Amino acid sequence: MAKMGEEQVKVLSLWVSPFSMRVLIGLEEKGVRYEYQEENLDPKSELLLQMNPIHKTVPVLIHNGKPVNESLIILEYIDEAWPTSNPLMPSNPYDRAVVRFWADFLNKKFFEDAFYGILKTEGEALEEGKRYMLKYLGYLEGELSARRGKPYFGGEQFGYLDIAFIPYACWFHSFETFGKWKIPWESEFPRLQQWMKKCMQRESVKKILPDPLKVLEYATPFRKNFVTSE
Amino acid sequence: MAKMGKGEEQVKVLSLWVSPFGMRVLIGLEEKGVRYEYQEENLDPKSELLLQMNPIHKTVPVLIHNGKPVNESLIILEYIDEAWPTSNPLMPSNPYDRAVVRFWADFLNKKFFEDAFYGILKTEGEALEEGKRFMLKYLRYLEGELSARRGKPYFGGEQFGYLDIAFIPYACWFHSFETFGKWKIPWESEFPRLQQWMKKCMQRESVKKILPDPLKVLEYAIPFRKNFVTSE
Repeated sequence: MAKMGEEQVKVLSLWVSPFSMRVLIGLEEKGVRYEYQEENLDPKSELLLQMNPIHKTVPVLIHNGKPVNESLIILEYIDEAWPTSNPLMPSNPYDRAVVRFWADFLNKKFFEDAFYGILKTEGEALEEGKRYMLKYLGYLEGELSARRGKPYFGGEQFGYLDIAFIPYACWFHSFETFGKWKIPWESEFPRLQQWMKKCMQRESVKKILPDPLKVLEYATPFRKNFVTSE
Repeated sequence: MAKMGKGEEQVKVLSLWVSPFGMRVLIGLEEKGVRYEYQEENLDPKSELLLQMNPIHKTVPVLIHNGKPVNESLIILEYIDEAWPTSNPLMPSNPYDRAVVRFWADFLNKKFFEDAFYGILKTEGEALEEGKRFMLKYLRYLEGELSARRGKPYFGGEQFGYLDIAFIPYACWFHSFETFGKWKIPWESEFPRLQQWMKKCMQRESVKKILPDPLKVLEYAIPFRKNFVTSE
């Protein structure tokens, strides 16, 4: 195992992927030096296929040659492999279960029903995607309000669940464009709006999140693979 | 919140006896020696308690610990390990090993359950054949993962743990997969390590207690399958 000064950390990533952003923000928060490798995914690189043969997806964290896959698993790995700085997970078992539940919710429901539910659809399916988005943002607003005035999903500390969700912040402009709507932040999700502002002040988030306009530039042709009427 | 005095802990599990996800939680609690109350959930209709404790997904299993719910079987397993840390660790201690078992447990939920489990249970014809192919492909991955343990008996290495618990519930379902698929899974020729592993797991008190009889599982699965496969 390499000595601390000889650690090699590499991330295979796609700049616009919320999953990739999670990993990079996590590493930045921990102050870990890493090498970034952009993956086109078409074709997939030899290294990606070797490091993630089962899913063939990004992000992949390669730590001293050993791969870790799946963004949420990588976040917990980052927290455990670099335990002395800036804990990402709450310490209490129940709080840990709660943030894991909501991060899993983001992957299981939010990503399919709301994110892809708007990005890849039109007509009635798009309207349904928008309804899911509002419903799920409502859940998350409620979860944040349960923190009783503390600024983050992690409570006082920016952590795992904040990192899991904040990458969507640069995608909302695209969701609003494709859905031809404005998400009612001030009237319906004021805590989420505040939370996003606060997260966007963090160095890690400022560094990693791309410009929403650039995300829209990427998303527009991507959408055309699924929505032929535009 | 109830006092933490061990004598006053209340642990309740809402579950469905035939659900592999439910079995994971119960095996975890048994391994830890935690006393719990079991409540069977029909799911049709869903009980008030279930809807209150898991309003987002409305699924079982749910662990209710001193009145507070924990949902999602793998999350519950890690919670069990952390809430009762002094006995029988379920997770490896090394961060990389933890990432590996989490990856494979996530694979079971994300791929195995949809493509192989439901891929056989809910299908017929060509879709069923595809489900069988996925089953073989994924069992191969798991056989490979077990062989990477270099002779150690469990996915957890020397110790029966999180990934063993995540996978062993499927053992009582293989009879149903073979019945519906009209085939025999080639354990001895293709998955000898998995076969050995299952035998070893089935010797554990927790697994013997919690896993139902495969014949009873089949009895449950047959009418369930009829909701999806009308030609049989």
